[in-house]
Amino acid sequence: MNKIIESRFLSPNVKLFKIEAPKIAEKRKAGQFIMLRVTDTGERIPLTIADSNSQEGWITIIAQGIGKTTKMLNLLEAGDYIHDVVGPLGKPSHIENFGTAISIGGGVGTAIAYPIAKALKDKGNYVISIAGGRSKEYVILEDELKACSDEVYPTTDDGSYGYHGFVTDKLKELIDSGRKIDFVLAIGPVPMMEAVANLTKPYGIKTVVSLNSIMIDGTGMCGGCRAIVDGKTVFVCVDGPEFDAHQVNFKVLKNRNNTYVSKEKEALHDFECHLDQAFNKLIKQEQN
Amino acid sequence: MGAYPAVPKLPNKERTKIPRHKIPEQEANVRNKNFQEVNLGYTIELAQAEAQRCLMCANPPCMKGCPVSVKIPFFIEKIIEGDIASAAKILKEDNALPAVCGRVCPQEEQCEVVCVIAKKFKPVAIGHLERFAADWERNNIGIQVPEIKIKTGKKVAIIGGGPAGLSAAGDLIQMGHDITVFEALHEIGGVLVYGIPEFRLPKEIVKAEVDGLAKAGVKFEKNFVVGLTSTLDEILKDYDAAFLGVGAGLPYFMNIPGEELSGVYSANEYLTRVNLMKAYDFGNNDTPIVDIKDKVVAVIGGGNTAMDAVRTSLRLGAKRGMIIYRRSESEMPARKEEIHHASEEGVEFMLLTSPTEYHGDERGWLRSMVIQKMELGEPDASGRRKPVPIPGALEEIPVDVAVVAIGNGSNPIISRTTPEIKVNKWGNILVDKVTMKTSKKGVFAGGDIVTGGATVILAMGAGRTAAKYINEYLTNPDFVWDWE
Repeated sequence: MNKIIESRFLSPNVKLFKIEAPKIAEKRKAGQFIMLRVTDTGERIPLTIADSNSQEGWITIIAQGIGKTTKMLNLLEAGDYIHDVVGPLGKPSHIENFGTAISIGGGVGTAIAYPIAKALKDKGNYVISIAGGRSKEYVILEDELKACSDEVYPTTDDGSYGYHGFVTDKLKELIDSGRKIDFVLAIGPVPMMEAVANLTKPYGIKTVVSLNSIMIDGTGMCGGCRAIVDGKTVFVCVDGPEFDAHQVNFKVLKNRNNTYVSKEKEALHDFECHLDQAFNKLIKQEQN
Repeated sequence: MGAYPAVPKLPNKERTKIPRHKIPEQEANVRNKNFQEVNLGYTIELAQAEAQRCLMCANPPCMKGCPVSVKIPFFIEKIIEGDIASAAKILKEDNALPAVCGRVCPQEEQCEVVCVIAKKFKPVAIGHLERFAADWERNNIGIQVPEIKIKTGKKVAIIGGGPAGLSAAGDLIQMGHDITVFEALHEIGGVLVYGIPEFRLPKEIVKAEVDGLAKAGVKFEKNFVVGLTSTLDEILKDYDAAFLGVGAGLPYFMNIPGEELSGVYSANEYLTRVNLMKAYDFGNNDTPIVDIKDKVVAVIGGGNTAMDAVRTSLRLGAKRGMIIYRRSESEMPARKEEIHHASEEGVEFMLLTSPTEYHGDERGWLRSMVIQKMELGEPDASGRRKPVPIPGALEEIPVDVAVVAIGNGSNPIISRTTPEIKVNKWGNILVDKVTMKTSKKGVFAGGDIVTGGATVILAMGAGRTAAKYINEYLTNPDFVWDWE
């Protein structure tokens, strides 16, 4: 069991957790993820490691409450425990000095883009960060991004904050301004990553996306996370999670990620109708 | 003194007159709707009657047939005497997981096939007797832990908590070493907990045997992926030797069109969802599996894993459960008992067929598969007759779920992070066949990561062999680590 040292909401349903995990903190590189289980009957879900500190022995993860597991996770607070945490899994991001690098995060995707932006900056890139959200309160980590980027552009779909429009609109504006862009990283909902890939492809800009497949073990054993990249089957957990955006078959990714939609709804409904039971289970876990 | 009265030791002629005792099992039409164990186990009366059939050979071939050399006639003799506790004790001198092995070993290819009376009659039901003794101990007196003589002060890291690692741990702890098992998943047991279904091996039994090892002093580190959480080299700073029993890793697919559709699973994923994550009890557990009720499930493959997957499908309510296998029944690698049980439960066998593609709907869900009919040609490298496609003999059949159970490649995590460990072109770790030592000093390996997908007991045999030589390496200064 791993103890939560600190937790806070970054936006109405996105929560950051600082978790005790000294071994993982020691080894973790940007782009890698953990698998966690909130309780002993929970599912295993992958979450990217947003930050870490090897001296103090912690990592941070950021979760958006969408389904039962993430909503249950978001009930936890400092002092609580997560039943299982394993990692760091997946290949680290390939970081080099590309020149000018744009890091794009859509919604909670910003949490995954942030550590990579930081690593890109450390390698000497000129880093431009775009952080998108539906409206102002969904734009996250703006201060953290400012600390590791040369330029930061928050964008909102409704225009309530920053640039009014999608992240791709801002990206297009930057490309059209004639600036030399050497590398684009895009992390967020599948349609967003697909739109970025479609936008940069005609310009031949190297573009990388981090895939959010459904996983069970996260170590290559089950093959549930398979995706199609460059016409070939890959296992996102051991071959990724990052891939060349121009080679990813996004349609297959979308379809496979939708496999359990009806089951997820069922579980969520049941969870929300029996919140008291969920609380009791978490309290019991604390006591053990 | 036994717990039960002894039964007489009969003259040899009398012994062979007794027919082999069938193990009581759930009715096929009842059990194919539940996840409870199929075999119910011998009663004391059945066990003693079966034990009486053993000829107590002076030079018993069954012991040589057993990959871990269980002292078979000796434990059977204790059953005759009614002293089941001693029978269990003898078993555990050679086998760390007797209740598991009594259930999942292919006895018909190992100990029972060489049984002397098998030449004329049916062999002694060694597996059923092993299971009886181990279950009796667990249920009546609790798992007994052997006394550990002297502590050597040496530390051994066991990488992988599956059958190979657990049997190595069981032996090494008795030799007085300090043992820690590192496991990637959140539960100990490897394939015993994620792969083999509840109805063939109840998880409670695995847990009890693992608890027995813990009681004997074995330490367990779960949620720890060696190679990622710490590298093997980092582990070796704190340990004197290591055993790699990480299992077969990556499931094979056939690389045919449509394998990416929702509803197409690897057997590993399908079984892990149901067994380890308990998707059959969705509602009380959070991991889903696609709806199987009233659906058509096709399982591709003819091994034990394929049988496990198809029988699981029936229990999840499938309308049809089919085995799609490219050779004929006699080439099937599954245990005879599993094929027999599957067929009793209503599994359809579509032999000499192989899928060529899957078709889906606009939302990416599997709807049908095309199968190619085959015929048997000349024997191939495995000695089995090679399946050859019959030109034009293609058929499209509607299916809702397909499970690909054609084996596993090796997981790259260890070899990627420890290049000193030499592997073959398939990624299997190369070992010295006698000692199980690898190309890296102090590191031994065994089980599926060495052999490719095989059986639980072969992995356990490898674990035991490695344990013997790890002990040798740790205690004998003359142990030579040469490697070509």
